[in-house]
Amino acid sequence: MVATIGVLALQGGYEAHARVLHRLGAVVLEVRVPAHLQGLDGLIIPGGESTTMTIGVERERLAQPVRALARAGLPMFGSCAGMIMLDREHLGVMDIAVERNAFGRQINSFEADLELGPDRELDGLAEGPVRAVFIRAPWIVEHGPEVEVLARVDGHPVAARQGHVLAVAFHSELADDDRLHRLFLGWARAYARAGGASEAGGSGGLARSRASQP
Amino acid sequence: MRDEATFRVKSGLAEMLKGGVIMDVVTPAQATIAEEAGAAAVMALERVPADIRRDGGVARMSDPEMVAGIQQAVSIPVMAKARIGHFLEAQVLQALEVDYIDESEVLTPADESNHIDKWAFKVPFVCGATSLGEALRRIGEGAAMIRSKGEAGTGDIVEAVRHMRRITGEIRKLSVLGEAELPAAAKELGAPLELAREVARSSRLPVVLFCAGGIATPADAALMMALGAEGVFVGSGIFKSDDPPARARAIVEATTHWQDPERVAQASRGLGRAMTSLESSKLEGEELLAQRGW
Repeated sequence: MVATIGVLALQGGYEAHARVLHRLGAVVLEVRVPAHLQGLDGLIIPGGESTTMTIGVERERLAQPVRALARAGLPMFGSCAGMIMLDREHLGVMDIAVERNAFGRQINSFEADLELGPDRELDGLAEGPVRAVFIRAPWIVEHGPEVEVLARVDGHPVAARQGHVLAVAFHSELADDDRLHRLFLGWARAYARAGGASEAGGSGGLARSRASQP
Repeated sequence: MRDEATFRVKSGLAEMLKGGVIMDVVTPAQATIAEEAGAAAVMALERVPADIRRDGGVARMSDPEMVAGIQQAVSIPVMAKARIGHFLEAQVLQALEVDYIDESEVLTPADESNHIDKWAFKVPFVCGATSLGEALRRIGEGAAMIRSKGEAGTGDIVEAVRHMRRITGEIRKLSVLGEAELPAAAKELGAPLELAREVARSSRLPVVLFCAGGIATPADAALMMALGAEGVFVGSGIFKSDDPPARARAIVEATTHWQDPERVAQASRGLGRAMTSLESSKLEGEELLAQRGW
């Protein structure tokens, strides 16, 4: 089954995500207006500048439809600025508060090997750490009880999951590591099998999506 | 263990700027206007190119006080220009922790033979190019992002189009050559062979390619995206126009929606007058900034 993944393409690293998804055989659609959200099995919010994306989301009135899809159980994956966009202050999809540029300016950017766990599904990544590229990266400063922290750097959460939504402060799409994308495509295929976009909407969708996860 | 300043970390920031507009600013107030309009980054410089043309004299790196003020004013990446070959200006900008250094032909060159050894820096560099060979020479020196040069400060898009078409056309030509033909092609381009091989294999530059020099309207920005630019630099085009905030917002919108002429049309309405322009073809010799560098 081929999953159809939307990548928010207002500004930022959407092509890097699209390259990985194409390599894994997914159908990739660039999302710039609400109409582009139809028929998706998953949505990726890439890195980029969160102020630029926020202005774009407001201009295109994307916040409300994205929130509705999240409630309906559509799997979402945010990286770097994407993590910021998913937080309480922006799209409100995840119960997290994020500090922008927490690691500092570009001169403090770095890459490192990062162990992700202890989420059971993410144990699929146990073949070894993920190569994580941190670029002017944020971290999570606070989160609600439904959020599971998957990795920390210097004690600060840099990867987290809340149900069908995954957020990471780094870019695995820039390294040759597609394991997070493979995991996400698994969620997207499960969502599609469970009825996907055609049945999405309302609390039924949320219940179904929860049921599809261990 | 952390690996800092790897090429992936340097070129990765450019990857995150894609689809965005980088705006020239000379003051913190202009930087704030740019950020509020949706700029993906700002470029700090002493004077915008149109003023450099008008007033003449040596154009240098921005005052560090001004750079620091701009860094205070905005949270988006702050780039700053250094003169070609002026590695001390670049070291100063690195000490200020700017996010990207533009070794720029818009400023008066400091070295007529040598560009900066950009591998020696932790902060990444963007450089201008008029051809594939020039782009690959800069990447060979360590540049992590390329922008086509165009002709800065004119508001005339013709040189930006010429340079972008030349770079993308030369990439296409390289990509159909056989392995045995690549060394001669690299020699012809004046490009490092390994980089020429990489371009031939991937049919793209090994780093992100933006365009610059002459963008004055939303349609100009959309045109450059359609010709293969992955984002745009706008210099004098915004702050030398009648209504900078509105024009800045409109150019951001047109850069995102370049595939949709109706959106570009909508973004282009009611912006007042564009910058005062110069025809590039009427400029001569020293007036042509794109000829600086090699």
